[in-house]
Amino acid sequence: MQAVLLIDFGSTYTKVTVVDLDAEIILGTARAGTTIETNIMEGMKAALAQIPEPIGGWKFVRKLACSSAAGGLKMIASGLVKELTAEAARRAALGAGARVLEVFSYELSPKDLDRIVVSKPDILLLAGGTDGGNKEVILKNAELLSNLPISLPVVIAGNKVVAAQAEEMLRKQHNPVVVADNVMPDLGVLSVESARLAIREVYLSHIIKAKGLDKAEEYLERIMMPTPSAVLSAAELLAQGEGSEPGWGELMIVDVGGATTDVHSVAKGDPSKPSVMLKGLPEPYVKRTVEGDLGMRYSSEALVEIAGRRLMDYLGWTEEQVSGQLELLKENPWRIPQTGEEAKFDVAMGRMAVGLAVDRHAGTIEVVYTPFGASYIQNGKDLTPLTVVIGTGGVLLHHPDPAEILKGTVFNPQEPTILKPQNPAFFLDKEYILAAMGLLREVSPQIALRMMKKYIVKL
Amino acid sequence: MEQKTVVLGVIGSDVHAVGNRILDFAFTQAGFKVINIGVLATQEEFIHSAIETNADAILVSSLYGHGEMDCRGLREKCQEKGIGDIIMYVGGNLVCGKQEFESVKERFLAMGFNRVYPPGTLPDLPIEDLRKDLGMTIN
Repeated sequence: MQAVLLIDFGSTYTKVTVVDLDAEIILGTARAGTTIETNIMEGMKAALAQIPEPIGGWKFVRKLACSSAAGGLKMIASGLVKELTAEAARRAALGAGARVLEVFSYELSPKDLDRIVVSKPDILLLAGGTDGGNKEVILKNAELLSNLPISLPVVIAGNKVVAAQAEEMLRKQHNPVVVADNVMPDLGVLSVESARLAIREVYLSHIIKAKGLDKAEEYLERIMMPTPSAVLSAAELLAQGEGSEPGWGELMIVDVGGATTDVHSVAKGDPSKPSVMLKGLPEPYVKRTVEGDLGMRYSSEALVEIAGRRLMDYLGWTEEQVSGQLELLKENPWRIPQTGEEAKFDVAMGRMAVGLAVDRHAGTIEVVYTPFGASYIQNGKDLTPLTVVIGTGGVLLHHPDPAEILKGTVFNPQEPTILKPQNPAFFLDKEYILAAMGLLREVSPQIALRMMKKYIVKL
Repeated sequence: MEQKTVVLGVIGSDVHAVGNRILDFAFTQAGFKVINIGVLATQEEFIHSAIETNADAILVSSLYGHGEMDCRGLREKCQEKGIGDIIMYVGGNLVCGKQEFESVKERFLAMGFNRVYPPGTLPDLPIEDLRKDLGMTIN
C-alpha cells in the first residue's frame, strides 16, 4: 500500500483525504475545525485521527496540502481601462485562486490607496497598457504605491516597455516585486499564464510563511497552492484527460458554499452556431468566477433580493411567506429545514444562487439589427453544448436534493440570451475530493484522473 | 522613428468587413501599427482601445448610412476620457441618400473629426494625410 495524505486547510474546516495509490481508492476522508490561531497542525491531526489507522501506523509516501485558511489568498488588482487591462488583471488573479477584494482602474485615487492599506492584500497585481501602449498610468500607479506606508508583495503584469522601471520604483517600498508578462500584451489578447505562475511563486515563497501556515510544512512536504487553484487544476485534468487516459471533455464545476458560489468552466466557449460574431475580451479556457453575494447560508437576504420575482415564481409563494422564512434564516443561517415547505425554500435558494452565479459566468448573445437583417454578437463563453456539470462544496454535498439545485445551471428558454448548458448531465463530487485530486495531480496525474472518474458520481 | 499606432474600426451596427480589411492592410503596409477592432464597434471600444494602446489616431469607417448618428458625441467622450486631442478621421458612406459631400463634411468636422473622406477614397490619401498630421517625414 502506498498511502498519500492530501489536506485542504479551509477557512472553517481542515479536510483530509487519504488515498491508496496502488489500489486507486480513497482510504478515508474526514474534517475538523481549522486551528489557525494556535497551531494549524492541531486541526489536521484531529481530522486524521478520525480515519482508522492501519496496523503499524500510517506510512505516507507523500503529504501534500492546499490552503484557503487565514482569509485565503487576498488580492487587489489594478489596471488601466476597466473593461480591458483591469478586467484582464482580475481574471489573472481569479485564475490563480485568489479572493479578489478590489479591482481598480485608471490612476489610483487617494481613496483606492487607503483601501489597499486598510485591507492589506496578500498580493497586489499591477497591470495597465498593452505592450508599447500606455505607459503613464502604470508608472504613476507604481510611484503612488511606492509611497504607501506598508510593504506588500507586488506582481507587475503590464506594459512591458515600462515594467522594469515600475519594478525599480516599487522595490523602494515593497518586497518581493516580481515582473510577469503583460496580462494583455495586445488589444483583445488575454495572456494570464505568466501572471498566474508569478502569483503562485510569491504565494509559495512568502504568503504561506506570513500566514503562519509554514508550521504545517515541518510535517508536510509543502503547501502547494491555494485551494481554488487545486480545484481548477482538478477541473482541467478531468476535462482534458492525461496521456492515454481520456477525460470527460468540456465541463463546468459549481461550488456552492455558505457565503459564496464559485463557478469553474473548462471550455473554449466558441460560438456553437454559425454567423455569430465574438466581441469583448477573450475568455480563458479554464475560467473561474466567484460570486461573493450568492451564498446559500450567509447571504440569503441579498440572494432573495437579487432573485426577486424568479424565486417567488419558482416557489409559488407570496412575498410575506418569503420574508417570514428569511427571518428564520437570519437568526440561524445553518437552520435545518423543519417542514416540507422549509425544505422547498432551501432548494429554491440553492437553485437561485447557482442560477445567478452561472448567469454571470456564462456568455451572452445579443441580436443586432442591421440594414441587412439580424446579426448576432456573442460576449463571453457559449456554454450551451456542455454536457457535464459537476456540483461540489459543503452545502451541496450535504443537501438531500443536489440535482434540483444544479438544475439552476441549465439554459432557460425565457432568458435565451444567456448561453448556459442546454442539456447537461449532473454529477456530484460526493466524497469532496476535487481539491485533493488537484493536489494529487502534481505527483500522479493519471491516478488522480482515474479516481475522479470513479468517485464523482452521476446524479 | 517610433511606430505610430492607429485604432481602426467600423462603427455602430455596421457589418461591412471588406473595406476594414483593406484599410488594415494598407495602413500596416504603410508602417503603422494597426489596432483593428473590426465591425460592430461601439464608441467606447474605440476610446478604450486608444487609451490602452496609447494610439495616435482613431480611424472610423461607416458604410451603412447611419454614420451621423453613430459618430455623434465621440469627440466629447474622448475629451471626457482624457484623450480629447487625439486625431480622428472618418470615411465611407456616412449618410443616407444623395447629399452634397461638402455639407456632410461640414457636419462631421463640426462633430470634432479632423478629416472626413467621401465614398470611393483610396487608402493612400488618408495615409498621406495622417503622416502630415502626425508630423512624420517620409523616408
